[in-house]
Amino acid sequence: MTAVPHTFVVLVENKPGVLNRVASLFRRRNYNIHSLNVGTTQDPRISRMTLVVYTDPAKAPLIEANLYRLVNVIDVQDVTDRPTVRRELALVKVRAPRGLRTEIINLATVFRANIVDATPETLTIEVTGTPEKIDSLIEMLGAAEVLEVVRTGVLAMTRGTVQGKRHLPQGEPAAPAMAAA
Amino acid sequence: MPPKMTGARMLWESLLREGVEVVFGYPGGSIMPVYDAMLDYPVRHVLTRHEQGAAHAADAYARTLREQRKVGVAMATSGPGATNLVTGIATAFMDSSPVVFITGQVAAEYLGTDAFQETDVTGVTMPITKHNFLVTQAAEIPRVVREAFHIARTGRPGPVLIDLCKNAQNDEAEFVWPEQVRLPGYRPPERADPDALARANALLRQAQRPVILAGQGVLISGAMAQLQALAETAHIPVAMTLLGLGALPLTHPLALGMMGMHGEYFVNMAIQHADLLIALGMRFDDRVTGKLEAYAPQARKIHVEVDPAEINKNVPVDVALLGDLRTVLEQWLEVVEPQRHDAWLTQIEAWRADTRRRDVVEKVKRNGGGPLRGAEVVQRLWETTANADTIITTGVGQHQMWVAQYYRFGQPYRLVTSGGLGTMGFGLPAGVGAAIAHPDKEVWVVEGDGGFQMTQAEMATAVQEGLNLKIVILNNNYLGMVRQWQELFYERRYSAVLLHNPDFVKLADAHGIPARRVTQRREVDAALAFARQQRGPVLLEFRVPPEDNVFPMVTTSDPLHRMMRRPDQEPHVERTANWAGAAP
Ligand SMILES: Cc1ncc(C[n+]2csc(CCOP(=O)(O)OP(=O)(O)O)c2C)c(N)n1
Ligand SMILES: [Mg+2]
Repeated sequence: MTAVPHTFVVLVENKPGVLNRVASLFRRRNYNIHSLNVGTTQDPRISRMTLVVYTDPAKAPLIEANLYRLVNVIDVQDVTDRPTVRRELALVKVRAPRGLRTEIINLATVFRANIVDATPETLTIEVTGTPEKIDSLIEMLGAAEVLEVVRTGVLAMTRGTVQGKRHLPQGEPAAPAMAAA
Repeated sequence: MPPKMTGARMLWESLLREGVEVVFGYPGGSIMPVYDAMLDYPVRHVLTRHEQGAAHAADAYARTLREQRKVGVAMATSGPGATNLVTGIATAFMDSSPVVFITGQVAAEYLGTDAFQETDVTGVTMPITKHNFLVTQAAEIPRVVREAFHIARTGRPGPVLIDLCKNAQNDEAEFVWPEQVRLPGYRPPERADPDALARANALLRQAQRPVILAGQGVLISGAMAQLQALAETAHIPVAMTLLGLGALPLTHPLALGMMGMHGEYFVNMAIQHADLLIALGMRFDDRVTGKLEAYAPQARKIHVEVDPAEINKNVPVDVALLGDLRTVLEQWLEVVEPQRHDAWLTQIEAWRADTRRRDVVEKVKRNGGGPLRGAEVVQRLWETTANADTIITTGVGQHQMWVAQYYRFGQPYRLVTSGGLGTMGFGLPAGVGAAIAHPDKEVWVVEGDGGFQMTQAEMATAVQEGLNLKIVILNNNYLGMVRQWQELFYERRYSAVLLHNPDFVKLADAHGIPARRVTQRREVDAALAFARQQRGPVLLEFRVPPEDNVFPMVTTSDPLHRMMRRPDQEPHVERTANWAGAAP
């Protein structure tokens, strides 16, 4: 059994305690969450989570099924093998002594990152992109001293009309019924 | 304009609309408005002596009234009242029992302040409920009650908890009963996918040695007739889980009996040699599979389940049929072809004969003596009450397994036992719930001397409610099942299992419950007859050998067919039998 990162897009009812239920489920079933991101959607009644979990691919359907055991979970899609847009945002604060400043700024430019805060000692870089891109920026910054990093965790959206994989047959009514209701 | 009323009244209005007639509970500060309003509504409230008792009673009430789709209701105050429910909630959760729990909570404005008797009950019960609600406003009550009952009773049933803030009980709001339930994320599967069904049917057609594994799902969905029809049409023997007992009457020629750790040898042999297992509403618990890697190695597996999270959880299966079990079996019956598996059944009969030779009751019959055994008491109880419409509730331990092995259940919903959680002390409060659900039936509690003492206070409830409840204690003076493990796996080093017991007959007497102590084989029938003649609660204590064991047995590290069988010589049983005649 090899654990690889799996990305799930989960639509939930926007109600108090739902995040807690999802987190509690993952703890109880001993699933290994890499990142969990929650935000609003076009429908105020629905929130959207992007969950990255390290799991044996054979267990992915079980994770989906367990999410559906939560009454507030409306739809689960496994987008791991689907064409998706994947974006993460990071803020990276580095020590920036005079000799290194230009180099850091140039590096940021190459990565289409922005300098969002500058002090005589530090620079803070805002970067958006795939998790891999952020990894490599942080790696390249290694020459300077990285003081703080914060990452949002990845957001994922399938391309065009592509749908994520649904491991389970869907009950009636079809998944995002709320939007229609 | 809809009528305005207090939240407490709205609760009762809502419960009545859900068909609630009986509530088990225990009052306290945070639930007082509800208890006050209750006086104006036609419900029977059963005051147990502990909230755990209320939880188990409501659980048993629901399990034995599943055919009527009844939901059990248990109520408690906030803080300690709610935490006392927790064992009962977890018991109901593990055994998929539909119970709605209602707890009082401090007023919404005090939430999170560590107010007097405030406990985060929705937090505590999140992993042991199917769903739970925190209600902070009166107006939410009808919708929440409607949703709670719907969730508890449908799909894979389970406990749902409603935590009611005190202000929501006192405040007035308009009572609006929701026309329908709107739960966009709650869609239990109903009908099996036709392609999957076709694949399952093809596997069945090829099978030479099929076995059906019938679990509690058969009882929950009321699929007994469909199970029997499938078994008969395709000539498939039926093994049952502990909670599945009664799915097919044991008198049926295709009924095998209980599988698993203390299942019968021939049943486990059949499973291990099968080439096809059809699992119906069961979850391949470790108590029925033995060592997983060696489980039914030659068998293809079909799993019919309503809960997708059970598929491939423990045992990988070839085909999953998701849906309501009864509906799926009806679909299957439309396409199943008649088959015969005579050679397979002959083979199973040979194993069965070998099982019988080693049976403890047969053995006692052969040598006609020795001390009265626990298994024998259950056997006599069965022979005496089988024709009466009898419900048996149990505790957990050796006596529970003797009930499973020797009470030959002929009908569904007649055994009420804690399977998944294995909750000691379940027997007596479950008996209270079953007796209230079925005043027309004989209800017998079979408990161990250890477990009985965990919830014995419910004797007072049985008396107060005038229940026709018969209590059997199989007193082996030990926490018998733990002692058995210490004997077998810890070199007989007995650690904290010997009980210094009270005089159970006097204890019953203190409650005004007629009671008898039985120490000899020849006294058994008279004692059972005595209990049956009395109207109202009766207690019978049977002294049984302290060092008797439950056999056969599979240890957790062994494959299912490698069973420890009952040894021919049982010196411990003979040697320790003398205590039976002694005074307590
Ligand atoms: C609440 C609880 N505590 C502990 C256990 C562990 N346990 C399982 S069986 C058993 C012994 C039960 O003794 P008794 O009720 O006398 O029944 P016997 O096995 O002797 O028939 C114990 C302690 C349990 N199942 N439940
Ligand atoms: Mg005992």
